[in-house]
Amino acid sequence: MTETSRAVLEATGITKTFGNHTALRNVDIAFRAGEVHALLGENGAGKSTLIKILTGAYTLEQGTIRLDGEPVSFSTPLQAQALGIGTVYQEVNLLPNMTVMDNLFIGRQPRRFGLVDKRTMERQAREILAKYGLDIDVRAELSTYSVAVQQIIAIARAVELSGKVLILDEPTASLDAAEVEKLFDIVRRLRDRGLAIVFITHFLDQVFALSDRVTVLRNGQLIGTRPISDINRTELVKMMLGKDLALHHGDILAEESEVGETLMSFRGYGLKGKVQPLDLDIHKGEVIGVAGLLGSGRTEMARVLFGIDAADSGRLSIDGRETTVRSPRDAVELGFGFCPEDRKLDGIFGDLSVRENIVIAMQARLGWFRALSRDEQLEIAGNYIEALDIRTASAELPVKLLSGGNQQKVILARWLATDPRFLILDEPTRGIDVGAHAEIVRMISRLREDGLALVVISSELDEVVSYSSRVVVMRDRAIAAELHGADINVQRIVETIAGNETAPAEAHP
Amino acid sequence: MKSLSLPNIFSHQILALLGVLAINWLVFPGFFDVTWKDGRLFGSLIDVINRGAPVAILAIGMTPIIATRGVDLSVGAVMAVAGAVAATFAVSGHPLVVTLAAALAIGIACGLWNGMLIAFLGIQPFVATLVLMVAGRGLAQLITEGSIVTFSDPQLIFIGTGSVLGLPMPAVIAFVLMLAAHLFVRRSAMGLFIEAIGTNRSAATYTGLRSRSLILAIYGFGGFCAGVAGIIAAADIRGADANNAGLWLELDAILAVVIGGTSLLGGRFSIPLSVLGAVIIQAMNTGILVSGFPPEFNLIVKAGVIMIILILQSARIGEVVAAFRTSRQSQGKK
Repeated sequence: MTETSRAVLEATGITKTFGNHTALRNVDIAFRAGEVHALLGENGAGKSTLIKILTGAYTLEQGTIRLDGEPVSFSTPLQAQALGIGTVYQEVNLLPNMTVMDNLFIGRQPRRFGLVDKRTMERQAREILAKYGLDIDVRAELSTYSVAVQQIIAIARAVELSGKVLILDEPTASLDAAEVEKLFDIVRRLRDRGLAIVFITHFLDQVFALSDRVTVLRNGQLIGTRPISDINRTELVKMMLGKDLALHHGDILAEESEVGETLMSFRGYGLKGKVQPLDLDIHKGEVIGVAGLLGSGRTEMARVLFGIDAADSGRLSIDGRETTVRSPRDAVELGFGFCPEDRKLDGIFGDLSVRENIVIAMQARLGWFRALSRDEQLEIAGNYIEALDIRTASAELPVKLLSGGNQQKVILARWLATDPRFLILDEPTRGIDVGAHAEIVRMISRLREDGLALVVISSELDEVVSYSSRVVVMRDRAIAAELHGADINVQRIVETIAGNETAPAEAHP
Repeated sequence: MKSLSLPNIFSHQILALLGVLAINWLVFPGFFDVTWKDGRLFGSLIDVINRGAPVAILAIGMTPIIATRGVDLSVGAVMAVAGAVAATFAVSGHPLVVTLAAALAIGIACGLWNGMLIAFLGIQPFVATLVLMVAGRGLAQLITEGSIVTFSDPQLIFIGTGSVLGLPMPAVIAFVLMLAAHLFVRRSAMGLFIEAIGTNRSAATYTGLRSRSLILAIYGFGGFCAGVAGIIAAADIRGADANNAGLWLELDAILAVVIGGTSLLGGRFSIPLSVLGAVIIQAMNTGILVSGFPPEFNLIVKAGVIMIILILQSARIGEVVAAFRTSRQSQGKK
């Protein structure tokens, strides 16, 4: 694509705040006609906020948006659509119980004598879809077609309605390899017709396969826009994760030689469609750091290890004895604990008190019959409130009133009260303030010294480096590599995540 | 189990009850008169606790269900089924123990059926229990073969009309059941588990709670309570009326639980407060009856009073709404 082609959609100085949280800070971005522009960033980077502003779902507060050089403003997605900006979301947002042609023409059906002209509509629908290499019965209900076909229909509708800018928000998330290829063909054809295409994805392979330029956002800020030919995978991952490679070289706190005896070993452990079979040995007194991009299978692996999604292949032995984990209940019984990624959704019981939140896992293990007395509960809760320095006015306060960091400590206390052997922490420091952040990192090291085995998933690579005795890198829903000793540094991790060696193709069974 | 916040919440319902009773007294000065006759107490107050007992018993079973974000619309129909079983067993001359066991067993079975649909098949409680709400009456009609089965077993009739220490038997049963259920959930960890599941089902699963079996058991208990209420209702009229026994009482029971301060969104609950809610409803019913108002006004007045009670409680709802809004905003949604 030529560097000189004009910018169709140009946004400058975009800032968006929610309360006292700044989601986007002074972001400039331009999309040119006839290019596929990939938009990358980890969770919370501001991608979706930016898209929502560009499509009118959020109102623009600061900054300007120009379409074909003219400043525009729109307050609803409908207005943005009318001006030429169409969006196709990951979850197809068409009407599954209406026909294909209805979906294509809804709101602008061809009319004759005031009635919908079905025959014209059918003919036009066929003509439109033919341009996308699709020859299907347009009178059939949309839901009778596969997600891939629906996706193409959604694209066709967006292009028909808008025709200048097409935003594709993770369009490949539920497609298989052949379908992805077909989709890419269509996208390339649209690009050659002169559309500006914004492509959001988590898969680096796809970025390199399809895009002409790439823009990276991190923590609401623009990190940079580069032509794809000027950048390699490692640089791209560095931009996304924001790592200065000179840092932390050789800064390894936990030596592998300190690690105790084997606690458990997973062999060929996996779940179809979620995590490819993996082998993992976990020792007493070790922290296994798990790194990988979003969608690499990090959280999926944690869920399988803890039995939330039970494994469908492989074996597990603990202390040399074969066992199975079919449910979180089994996992807790075996002395596992799990601090989930989404505290609010899966972690805390918001309306219940700090005391109840701390004792619940221990009580669940004891069963309903052997109830802890109120005094025992207060004793246990009090101990952990002190030991973990949980800032709360009282043990009886509803936990939802605590700050994020303190809620995380409450969940940690909940598991420590069960006297666990193995803890899984999924993004334990996400969304908590700097002070609590450092405390939790310290706590991880202390638990390791106490002989616990831990698996810690984190996007903060500095953090991973500082506490891990071993680092597992996930890519394409499998363990891509295990890093030991001197290899545990940010640079190696970034390179491994990027997968500069020939990466296996994305496989969807 | 004493909770710090209990007296505070208590005041709402106590206040409402006192208000209703005061109005009753105004419109009918003899409302508080209680007389002793033939070894038992008589009077409007006694009538309130006697007539209110079936709904109170249903509310005892409904409370844990609503606390886990569920609802059971079938309890009225299950009352009819249990009553039909009790009546037919009594008529065919079974001993009382067998009759009661059979009626309670069918109640529990109905509850477990609901629980299975909800806990294991993941059907929404509203829809799952709607099935039995409709089918239950059909089942009861099949058992009674379409007629009203009357019986004369004095022991069974005693359950509906007898008295203990001067107090009506249904009220005594309701009180004992309330006390037993309350002590059971609060002395064991059951209450904590129910509130945990109702507050955040996903977190409860992650914590290793057996949410499904617990939910199954809770609906089973709800069915048991409906069975007890069904036996009382049948014993009271000495017969089983498949069409009218327990009709619409599920709605009164749900209302009693809500008046008792348990949110339909699940979480915190109190069985005694639910029973108090049932007493408030019945105090209203009885008050309207004895006041000499034309019966046409009955439902309208009742609805009005309920509105007032719910608005009284809505300060808390307001808080929740405010907290919800700020948390949504801080998450960055509009």
